[in-house]
Amino acid sequence: MAEVTLTEVTKRFGDFTAVDNISMQIEDGKFTVLVGPSGCGKTTTLRMIAGLEDITDGEIRIGERVVNRVPPKDRDIAMVFQNYALYPHMDVFNNMAFGLKLRKYPKAEIKKRVHEAAELLGIQTKLKSKPRELSGGQRQRVAVGRAIVRNPKVFLFDEPLSNLDAKLRVQMRTELEQLHRKLKTTTVYVTHDQVEAMTLGDRIAVMKDGVIHQYAAPQETYDHPSNQFVAGFIGSPAMNFLSARAATEDGRTVLTGEGFRILLPAKRSRDLPDRVIVGVRPEDLDGPAADADNALTLTVSVKEQLGNALLVYGYIDDTQVVASLDPHRHVEIDSEIHLKVNLDTLHVFDPESEETLV
Amino acid sequence: MAPRRMVSRAPLHLVILLFAAIWIIPTLGLLITSFRDPTGIAGSGWWTVFPKLFSGGQFSLQNYVGVILREGLGRSFLNSLAISVPATLISTFIASFAAFGFAWMRFTGRRWLFMLVVGLMVIPLQMTFIPILPIYRKLALAGTFPGIWLAHTAYGLPLTTYLVHNFMSGLPKDLFDSASIDGASAFTTFSRIVIPISVPALASVFIFQFLWIWNDLLVALIYLGAGPSVAPMTVTVANLVTNRGQDWELLTAAAFVSMALPLFVFFSLQRYFVRGILAGSVKG
Repeated sequence: MAEVTLTEVTKRFGDFTAVDNISMQIEDGKFTVLVGPSGCGKTTTLRMIAGLEDITDGEIRIGERVVNRVPPKDRDIAMVFQNYALYPHMDVFNNMAFGLKLRKYPKAEIKKRVHEAAELLGIQTKLKSKPRELSGGQRQRVAVGRAIVRNPKVFLFDEPLSNLDAKLRVQMRTELEQLHRKLKTTTVYVTHDQVEAMTLGDRIAVMKDGVIHQYAAPQETYDHPSNQFVAGFIGSPAMNFLSARAATEDGRTVLTGEGFRILLPAKRSRDLPDRVIVGVRPEDLDGPAADADNALTLTVSVKEQLGNALLVYGYIDDTQVVASLDPHRHVEIDSEIHLKVNLDTLHVFDPESEETLV
Repeated sequence: MAPRRMVSRAPLHLVILLFAAIWIIPTLGLLITSFRDPTGIAGSGWWTVFPKLFSGGQFSLQNYVGVILREGLGRSFLNSLAISVPATLISTFIASFAAFGFAWMRFTGRRWLFMLVVGLMVIPLQMTFIPILPIYRKLALAGTFPGIWLAHTAYGLPLTTYLVHNFMSGLPKDLFDSASIDGASAFTTFSRIVIPISVPALASVFIFQFLWIWNDLLVALIYLGAGPSVAPMTVTVANLVTNRGQDWELLTAAAFVSMALPLFVFFSLQRYFVRGILAGSVKG
């Protein structure tokens, strides 16, 4: 077990910079998630940690050791791939044992480790089966088992649940969580799914365009996103963004936009540029509005009943706005509804820099 | 099939049957002739046997016996085997290494070298005889089995390498990433992962090559010559046509003796053949 340290790591493919000068400390024993949209550089970063890609600039350490030039097999890491990457001509036992066999572990030791891992993952009855005879979930478990038997310092996961159906994904997620709690191995996990990131990560790094926009505990990225991108990426349905003008009245910030006027409480008021972006999460728009202020008026165009919530879509100033309401609330299409804005959880962003101002 | 579909496909089936008939009928004629005695062949056409098909007395194996034992076809069969099997094995062996290198290893000039190797397919066989034969004579390879193995390997490698490369380059990349992390060297990856997975592709390439070499006349004639101790079946049959041109009973029997093995190989291994033509990638 070890921590992984990235210092000013850059990866360039010709003219294209996939990973741009990122530095992060992945703590020992923690489950760290790299999350972001396609092309943000998260998989490239993972592959550099694994040694499957060269590092253009910067330094990666596993533990105390600088591993820039160390080949993958000597880094004491194990990786689980999105498409499992099982050896199709070998049975499950040999798939899991392959890495150990190449490292010349004694037969008895190999057998012990494989059986232990198989039991941990519930695939002990499948040891003689070939990958093509297994379901997607079982194959995924074999891939995880192959990583476990190596007892590495770091586990690397590259979108391992992407190929599973929704229900199986949820199940495997909880299993991975339990596994991590049991094995306590340092884990770096890449996904584009922010739900996976939020549920699995001890800390998550939200990436875009090769840069880490925020690296913090999941709840922190939800409550206090560092910029508009993080705010819009974390949380589902995504945060609503509305253009507004900011002014100060009687020591309190007033945000005025199309059909709304919001008065921030004193403790949240501050000097703001003239034009801002107001961010409100769908789940923070609820309840009947007591007055015209601090409320959004929405003409309902679509409603989606989820069972645990009612999603209501409408337009404010050509921008689509979503609200997540109590599922039993009665809403008519094309009706106008007034939604109270939660003043404690609202965010304000700078339109140019996208930084969070409030 | 639903009746309606059958009717609409009837013309298609008819055409296919027609083509099949056009191909098979002459061959059928040869087959029947090969079992008849010389007088019978001279006396009446092969189609006349049908009315008296089961009455016996008009078919015998004596042509086959004669052609194998007295005309040297038995020896030639062994020669053909001695030429085709090693040559195919050698070229498939080399091609598999080459294809893996071109597909999955990085080195300078890889692309150009690959294009060069595959581009060699463009050179007509016949153009190479004049330059190579003197070299063969100097190295005392002319008229020897190793000489022709080398020749067939060289002629076959461009296509064989291309076909195997086609298959290997379609293998999923993360298979190799996984092997790399597991600690496999390039050779271990090749021998313990890629080759076992590639067996269907290699088998189909083997069959293609084998049939091509087995049926070859020109290369054997040039590099081996017609000496009975080394001549393959193709050469012997060709000689038979020259020397015993009127002895239809022998010629037809000889034709079928030489067809026997390729037909057997094709029919017993045809699924690999088909798979080879449709060579796609194996998903793990």
